[in-house]
Amino acid sequence: MAATADPAALASATEVSTTRTVEVDSHTINFGPQHPAAHGVLRLILEMKGEVVERADPHIGLLHRGTEKLMEYKTYLQAMPYMDRLDYVSPMCMEHSFVLAVERLLGIEQDIPERARVIRTMFAELTRILNHLLNVTTFALDCGAITPALWGFEQREHLLEFYEAAGGSHYHVNYFRAGGVARDIPPALEERIAVWTRQFPRFLDDLEGLLTENRIFKQRTVDIGVMSAEQAIAWGFSGPCLRASGLPWDLRKAQPYEIYAELDFDIPVGRHGDCYDRFLVRMQEMRQSLRIVEQCLNRLKPGPVKIADNKIVPPPRAEMKRSMEALIHHFKLYTEGYHVPAGATYTVTEAPKGEFGVYLVADGTNRPYRCKIRAPGYAHLQAMDVLSKGHMLADAVAIIGSLDIVFGEIDR
Amino acid sequence: MAEVIKSAAEAGAVAPAAHAERLRILGEAAREALLEGSVEEVRLERGGHELVLRVRREHLLQTMALLRDDPRFAFEQLMDLCGVDWPERAERFEVVYNLLSLSLNQRIRVTVRTDAATPVPSVAALWPCATWYEREAWDMYGIVFEGQTDLRRLLTDYGFEGHPLRKDFPLTGYVEVRYDEERKQVVYQPVSLTQDFRNFDFLSPWEGMTTLPGDEKVHLNRIEGPEP
Repeated sequence: MAATADPAALASATEVSTTRTVEVDSHTINFGPQHPAAHGVLRLILEMKGEVVERADPHIGLLHRGTEKLMEYKTYLQAMPYMDRLDYVSPMCMEHSFVLAVERLLGIEQDIPERARVIRTMFAELTRILNHLLNVTTFALDCGAITPALWGFEQREHLLEFYEAAGGSHYHVNYFRAGGVARDIPPALEERIAVWTRQFPRFLDDLEGLLTENRIFKQRTVDIGVMSAEQAIAWGFSGPCLRASGLPWDLRKAQPYEIYAELDFDIPVGRHGDCYDRFLVRMQEMRQSLRIVEQCLNRLKPGPVKIADNKIVPPPRAEMKRSMEALIHHFKLYTEGYHVPAGATYTVTEAPKGEFGVYLVADGTNRPYRCKIRAPGYAHLQAMDVLSKGHMLADAVAIIGSLDIVFGEIDR
Repeated sequence: MAEVIKSAAEAGAVAPAAHAERLRILGEAAREALLEGSVEEVRLERGGHELVLRVRREHLLQTMALLRDDPRFAFEQLMDLCGVDWPERAERFEVVYNLLSLSLNQRIRVTVRTDAATPVPSVAALWPCATWYEREAWDMYGIVFEGQTDLRRLLTDYGFEGHPLRKDFPLTGYVEVRYDEERKQVVYQPVSLTQDFRNFDFLSPWEGMTTLPGDEKVHLNRIEGPEP
């Protein structure tokens, strides 16, 4: 605008621009599958009316590996590593459901030694923190904040070191076993975890300082992607996404497994069901998980970490060198594996993303007859259409971030 | 945002022993409440820990509507829906619905049988989340859902042929993809493996023995499955 423009001309110019009508055709945008904000390989077909999303149609399956089919061709032990690779952000929680399902079919769920239960619970909660750290920080990254991701990944690295110390691998640990855990944690690990728990609340405070009252972050998330409690139920929501809609439902409280019934922790519940509440619930859950980890550390007493039945868990390596029977057990377990009595179970755990279920059908042989994996993210992503309708394109990105989508578990 | 649940009792946790008894009563109530002849079988699985209802296909929708809306059952959530393939049965497919009641804190499993040609009524009108699960069951098993308007493939590739989770679909599949440098695109070609897929049979002959010694491996690779 020229500096010398006279007021009358200016007024008429604005008048023209306000009365002008613009025809915007609805058009289709192909979002992903290679898009940094798609959290993996999500292909989203967005029908847009200008900048507003009219309809969202997620196309999934780009990471489909046929896990369920592969597991039908493996023994129960060989099927374990596939579980890690489902939700690769929270590997141990994936193992947890499968292990519990097998234990229930074997009828040994009451016999698991105390130490194994405590270790499993502790690592399940460390995994929850691991998962929420990634989700919360990359969610912030989607909304334009880079620092949280850098800070969060440093903390994640500590947790992954605990993984490595316990299971020998950074990510796909394959640590839980039907009947306990693969091996005991090294002696120094308890102290390392304890040291870490002492510094973690300060980190959480810092993270909250960056995000919780951040004006830009709130503008991007408050009242975006609102899910009412009724809708959340109808769409099969679970976990933090369900709790953010105001429903106090947590499987660790409602249908306790492992030692959760004996632990003292609270369930954070949201009120509005928007992206911001989903974020808040996850932030609070990390503090609660930390409480559980501390309680587990106090409960860790020396003892066995597997059941004594060598038909199901292998004998100690040293014994194998001396005892013929142990050698036979070892050989049979790693060729034939153990037989699971015929039956079916739908076993669930409260994974970081929600209800992670395994519908396991056993036919009495050494292989699962059918193993259906119920991934929480699958149900959440399906509601993408409802959540994003009427929002702007950039809000769709925020909604995906808040749903905690990981394609390993959705595509299987 | 500050609301928290304090104790397990508040959230409605139930002791395991009482749980089995409760499920048994629930199963009886379901049998009584449902239409005569709609339930084929009420069964407690895994030592009374899981309640299973086998329902006739034609009564599925009524049953599901009752289970969802009746305050005695109040199964508000459909958590999972999947197919299972039993090729030796006359109606080879089983569709399994895992329902959850948040208000009463209970679960139930509803199963219905069908074959490759007969459609199963879609429950998408009751639970909108059923759509993707039904699409997946169609994709993986070829189970048809009547009344489901969006029965596209979900997990497999665009234009994929066959239903991979059927027991008669080979693990290696029929086609593989590669990038064709000349055509500058990804092309399909028949699977060629440098080594044949080796399916080791580690089942010990004595543990699974149901026939005379020496015969068992001839016609027995699997023991009979659970007969629901």
